[in-house]
Amino acid sequence: MALRQCAIYGKGGIGKSTTTQNMVAGLAEAGNKVMIVGCDPKADSTRLILHSKAQNTIMQMAADAGSVEDLELEDVLKKGYGGIKCVESGGPEPGVGCAGRGVITAINFLEEEGAYEEDLDFVFYDVLGDVVCGGFAMPIRQNKAQEIYIVVSGEMMAMYAANNICKGIVKYASSGSVRLAGLICNSRNTDREDELIEALAAKLGTQMIHFIPRDNVVQRAEIRRMTVIEYDPKSKQADQYRDLSRKIRDNKNMVVPTPLTMDELEGLMMEFGMLEEEDETIIGRTAAQEGVAAFA
Amino acid sequence: MSQSTEQIKPCYPLFMEPEYRDLLARKASECEDKPDKAFLEEKFLWTTSEEYKTLNFQREMLTVNPAKACQPLGSLLCSLGFKGTLPYIHGSQGCIAYFRTYFNRHFKEPVACVSDSMTEDAAVFGGHKNMHAGLQNAYALYKPEMIAVSTTCMAEVIGDDLNAFITNAKKDGMIPEDVPTPFAHTPSFVGSHVTGYDAMMEGTLRYFTVNDMADKKVGSNGKLNIITGFETYLGNYRVVRRMLNEMGVDHVLLSDPSEVLDTPADGEYRMYQGGTSVAELKDAPNAIDTLMLQPFGLSKTRKYMEETWGQPLSKIKPPMGLTWTDEFLMKVSELTGKAIPASLELERGRLVDMMGDSHTWLHGRTFSLYGDPDFVEGMCQFLMELGAEPKHVLCHNGNKLWAKRMTKWLKENPYGQQAEVHMGKDLWHLRSLVFTDKPDFLIGNSYGKFIQRDTFHKGPEHEVPLIRIGFPIFDRHHLHRSTTLGYEGAMTLLTTLVNAVMEKLDRDTIKYGETDYNYDLVR
Repeated sequence: MALRQCAIYGKGGIGKSTTTQNMVAGLAEAGNKVMIVGCDPKADSTRLILHSKAQNTIMQMAADAGSVEDLELEDVLKKGYGGIKCVESGGPEPGVGCAGRGVITAINFLEEEGAYEEDLDFVFYDVLGDVVCGGFAMPIRQNKAQEIYIVVSGEMMAMYAANNICKGIVKYASSGSVRLAGLICNSRNTDREDELIEALAAKLGTQMIHFIPRDNVVQRAEIRRMTVIEYDPKSKQADQYRDLSRKIRDNKNMVVPTPLTMDELEGLMMEFGMLEEEDETIIGRTAAQEGVAAFA
Repeated sequence: MSQSTEQIKPCYPLFMEPEYRDLLARKASECEDKPDKAFLEEKFLWTTSEEYKTLNFQREMLTVNPAKACQPLGSLLCSLGFKGTLPYIHGSQGCIAYFRTYFNRHFKEPVACVSDSMTEDAAVFGGHKNMHAGLQNAYALYKPEMIAVSTTCMAEVIGDDLNAFITNAKKDGMIPEDVPTPFAHTPSFVGSHVTGYDAMMEGTLRYFTVNDMADKKVGSNGKLNIITGFETYLGNYRVVRRMLNEMGVDHVLLSDPSEVLDTPADGEYRMYQGGTSVAELKDAPNAIDTLMLQPFGLSKTRKYMEETWGQPLSKIKPPMGLTWTDEFLMKVSELTGKAIPASLELERGRLVDMMGDSHTWLHGRTFSLYGDPDFVEGMCQFLMELGAEPKHVLCHNGNKLWAKRMTKWLKENPYGQQAEVHMGKDLWHLRSLVFTDKPDFLIGNSYGKFIQRDTFHKGPEHEVPLIRIGFPIFDRHHLHRSTTLGYEGAMTLLTTLVNAVMEKLDRDTIKYGETDYNYDLVR
């Protein structure tokens, strides 16, 4: 089977890394050969697979060694649960340097060192939530990831972020072969969440590939630095992740997304009662001005 | 007044006039807070000591006088070698001005290259707009057949994606779809000019062949491809062509800037001249084989061709000196079935004759040298063929593996016993090396002249004369037109080397009534 490269995007804190690692564990359990490339300076994309606090990152090792050219692939590529290969790009402390360039350097290094030439079925890029600069779009350049999954929940900001990411994808999709492959809903237990995300997916021209219900076993596994599939393989939640990995394996639904305008997005949210119709008469009025009536 | 219209003096000897000497002395004492001469001399001498060398080699974070340039300079040279091609560098303006002046000073020629002038807003919003407007303007103004795009640091740090930008610009009608636009990402902060040449060559060959291999058959066009790598001796492009022509081998140089960098002064400005055509590039996978004259400097290109083209990609050494030119010609003969003609045998014989004539002057002389990895390797090979001994072999832009291989190879040769390989080191390191362990001569680019001056300042007996072979050569004219490859190149190198030895001896023995016994007419 030809190598499939997929990138996972989504708002910060939405559960991209947790979802990716659990889903990848499902793929590995089913016999697939997978590599995870963490593209986030926090370097927490592989800890559940490796049972370690944080992996030695490419950029940190390069800084220690003097330059990237002094690194060998085996210095940075570790194998974890199910033979999953793990790499973290790493990057600077908050407030200094350029994390985006770190992603570019790391992916170039992996290509030059032949990390993709080995026997692999899937590569997943777990990318920092806010695609703040060109560097974080590196995984979706030509001849890299061709499928993008967006992790989202029924929260306003998560949906804004998903829509914004789609705007970014359009730029790359129009010049290359990268496509949106679906939304993964990581539930926050909001009302009618599944319907809402399905409606959003429909407007974006894609699918909600899976709805992952909320379950505390995820947190219990996480404390032990494990995926649910490894920690409690018989749990219902483990089956949920297996479902997701199977759907991703069989997924053929690749589209150029049709991002919503702000009005359309707000309209959708109003339809599901997340936003109220704007009352323009109150704009710019202070509490004192509004309080006149209350105290009068 | 020391200047008059009848006799205008340039800065030297003008500044030797009492008026200027006085002025400069007052400036030094009143404005410059300059320490006294004795103090400066003491410090100077300290920088020539063994103690300073030890400290110098402990340097970690500072480069002084690098012996390398940056990637886009290499991509520019590669792009100039394609027919009707406008090199286009996506980035800020100053970088491109630097590349142009660098080549202007070396080749004494105008160098056409455009930039899309990224500024503050492009750094924030991405260079997409610059690419759109830049391509549109460049195409409208300069009517190129092809635009070859590479990048500078700025575009690389913000992560601009050339493939997406160029494709979108074409979709939006900025330039016609059918104008070829090969491209390469060439961050200046990675590798050197050699890496940049390699990246642009790889990018170009990929652009024209990666999706077009179905109807290709190795050997079907009966030609031989040659890739020179980052080659600044124009004579080398010509000598390779001449040798292959004499053998009757149909060939293509993939990138040949020897015309556009050597245009005649006949009143007509030629923005584009000569070069490898798009048709030739597309046809290149049909060749019998591709020979790379700078094996180290073309590793990325080789990798792409190995994966895609299916040619044998015969491994050769840089054809410098006698043996490696022999090997080159024999490999060409083996691949094409064409015999090596009498004319080349005659030329070889002449070289051997010259080597015999001069060997007494070169045997046992020690040479320290620096430059790009493949040049340094070829030069060492020829020096050892001449019985000369490489001493400090310095290369700023090789890698550890190269250094290891070089060290082992040099140690296997009786003339390589003194050689020390210094990889990733700069010319300030080299200065320490030649002060503490003096070679007879230094071989390298123009920047070595400051090492010669400093060694001379310590005393004539410490002077290490510079022999200018390499890139860039800014302070001598027309050396870039000469040849260093093949038998012809070996003849040029030999002539240069042996005469440098004799000139030094003439200078050493020029003292009237003192050293006449060796100030000889016949040498």
